[in-house]
Amino acid sequence: MMFRSQPRILRLAGAVLFAVTVPGALAAQSLTGAGATFPNPIYTKWFDAYSKKTGVQINYQSIGSGGGIKQYTDGTVDFGASDGPMTTEQLNAVQGDVIHIPTVLGADVVTWNLPSLGSTKLKFDGPTIADIYLGKITKWNDRRLVALNPGVTLPDQDIIVVHRSDGSGTTYIWTDYLAKVSPEWKQKVGFGTAVNWPVGLGGKGNEGVTQQVKQVEGGIGYVELIYAASNKMPYAAVKNAAGNFIDASLVTVTNAAASAVFAANTDFRVSITNAPGAQAYPISSFTWLLVRPNMKDAGKAKAMKHFLEWMIGPEAQEMTANLLYAPLPKQVTALVAVRLKTLKANGRLMM
Amino acid sequence: MAATVPPTGLSQQAAPLKRLTGAARGDQLFRLVLTICAIVIPVLLLALVLMLVRGAAPAIARFGLGFAATKTWDPVAGQFGAFPMIVGTLLTSLLALLIAVPLSLGVAVYLTEFAPGFLRRPVAMVIELLAAIPSVVYGLWGVFVLIPLLQRAVFPFLRSLLGFLPFFQGAIYGPSVLAASIILAIMIMPFIMSVSREVLLAVPNSQREAAMALGATRWEAVRTAIIPYARSGIVGAVILGLGRALGETMAVTMLIGNRHDSSMSLFAPGYTMAAAIANEFNEAATPMHYAALTYVALLLFVITVLVNAAARLLIWRVSRGGVSGAKAE
Repeated sequence: MMFRSQPRILRLAGAVLFAVTVPGALAAQSLTGAGATFPNPIYTKWFDAYSKKTGVQINYQSIGSGGGIKQYTDGTVDFGASDGPMTTEQLNAVQGDVIHIPTVLGADVVTWNLPSLGSTKLKFDGPTIADIYLGKITKWNDRRLVALNPGVTLPDQDIIVVHRSDGSGTTYIWTDYLAKVSPEWKQKVGFGTAVNWPVGLGGKGNEGVTQQVKQVEGGIGYVELIYAASNKMPYAAVKNAAGNFIDASLVTVTNAAASAVFAANTDFRVSITNAPGAQAYPISSFTWLLVRPNMKDAGKAKAMKHFLEWMIGPEAQEMTANLLYAPLPKQVTALVAVRLKTLKANGRLMM
Repeated sequence: MAATVPPTGLSQQAAPLKRLTGAARGDQLFRLVLTICAIVIPVLLLALVLMLVRGAAPAIARFGLGFAATKTWDPVAGQFGAFPMIVGTLLTSLLALLIAVPLSLGVAVYLTEFAPGFLRRPVAMVIELLAAIPSVVYGLWGVFVLIPLLQRAVFPFLRSLLGFLPFFQGAIYGPSVLAASIILAIMIMPFIMSVSREVLLAVPNSQREAAMALGATRWEAVRTAIIPYARSGIVGAVILGLGRALGETMAVTMLIGNRHDSSMSLFAPGYTMAAAIANEFNEAATPMHYAALTYVALLLFVITVLVNAAARLLIWRVSRGGVSGAKAE
């Protein structure tokens, strides 16, 4: 615009001069990332807001956590995103060249279909859920369920277990929790984005699980908190490590992260399921961005660092509540802020 | 290729023929382009097979052919076996054929032999329209209409009527092998119907008239003169349906219950190969998980090739051994 009346060559020269005199200018940058679908709505919002603010374009493809880790490993994206931390095997594949940056929190909730109960809220504890998913508790009026829910008349009905059929971060959180509270689950099934389910039907995505639970009387399933809340589904209170029955909410999920113990030099690959806090919801988890500790392209490194600093700041973290994501607790953002200072561009620390 | 004579000899003969040279060059170019087009297809196929074999190599090395006979599918422990999926794929496709073939043939025969003239075109058009509906729409319809119906009425009825058979025992969930088979049957019916209808239409009238002249009733004419004449075409139609059923993914994964297990009961959830790939490939947890899914894809490819080869053989034998003049469509 300011060059409008000048010859084209001058304009070009001006542009070149501008680019040379402002090295690593944020405005010229774009970053690409791929990965988890669960945080996609908040990432989209963040990237959009950040782009309006700084001009840095961040393109994010929500292809799933597994795909995000794969593309990060293959080096086809600037950053990855995953709902489950990278395994030791996956870390070895990138020679440990990755930093996990927690962004927001998610949680799994237990939902069910028992029309005879109306809107009664059910209560579960970890070992009971594990035994239901192991196929050891098969009836709704099992004495352990009755003991957990005094005053509720549970029907004499088969429990129909529903789980995810596609690999998913939701399943990772779920099985990670079950493996912590049930030694038998840990030994027989283990945890991961996809496992060998002892019983049950598989549904694709949160919507697939929901639909199958809704269709089969006596169904039980797990879905993301956000999905359950925005679809007004019933979900259970779950007994946490401190022995309290906790409803999943943004506050109780953030509590879980706040009560988790971090080492000073943590790599943030910390599981916060079954967290110790008195008011912590036990089936909670971080979701992470996978960032290169030392990016070759100085401009990109600077943009990445700047974005991450903005992301853990109040402006970005305040956007989470509207979209029903639980924000990071202060302790964690403080730790992340320290870690971001170690990010390097082409081997050198950035100011 | 060997049959063509190089046209270059012509151009050296005389001036009046010169114009032909250009035409010949054009022809050669055209031929080259067409040859390349024709080569692309086998090359693509080869590339596909190579990619599948390469991707599946770790799983092939680890599990060998036993992969196809093993039941466990445990991504955490890295143990994979495709037996339930292979059974599920073949079972749902065969059940779908069992339901779809008599129905579609019935409709095709009715439309070509019995239906009043004003009905034939509109009904045929509606059937062809059915073939154009995307499979995810069938899946949604299955989820919201078919499954509740099966769950509440059809499955309990079947269980009380045929409960002495192991196929109709056990808990009723809704999503099941039988539900997937029924949706598959509905999806392949239009294909079998419209192709068999075309085939039956191609049966010459003399065939019908001859049978009638010999005193055959309508039914006898259909049974003895028309169906046998169209046999190979009908087999082709059925194979087309089978091919579609084997590879169908979306609707099946929405209705089959996605369980890596094979049970005698048709009410139990199961899995098909295509559904498993669609479900798990995006988020495959480990490199071995990827390899195992690629191995499944390779096996699915092999199965479809075998089915097609068997179908060719069947059509060939039917058309040779059948009534003379039978037309392979």
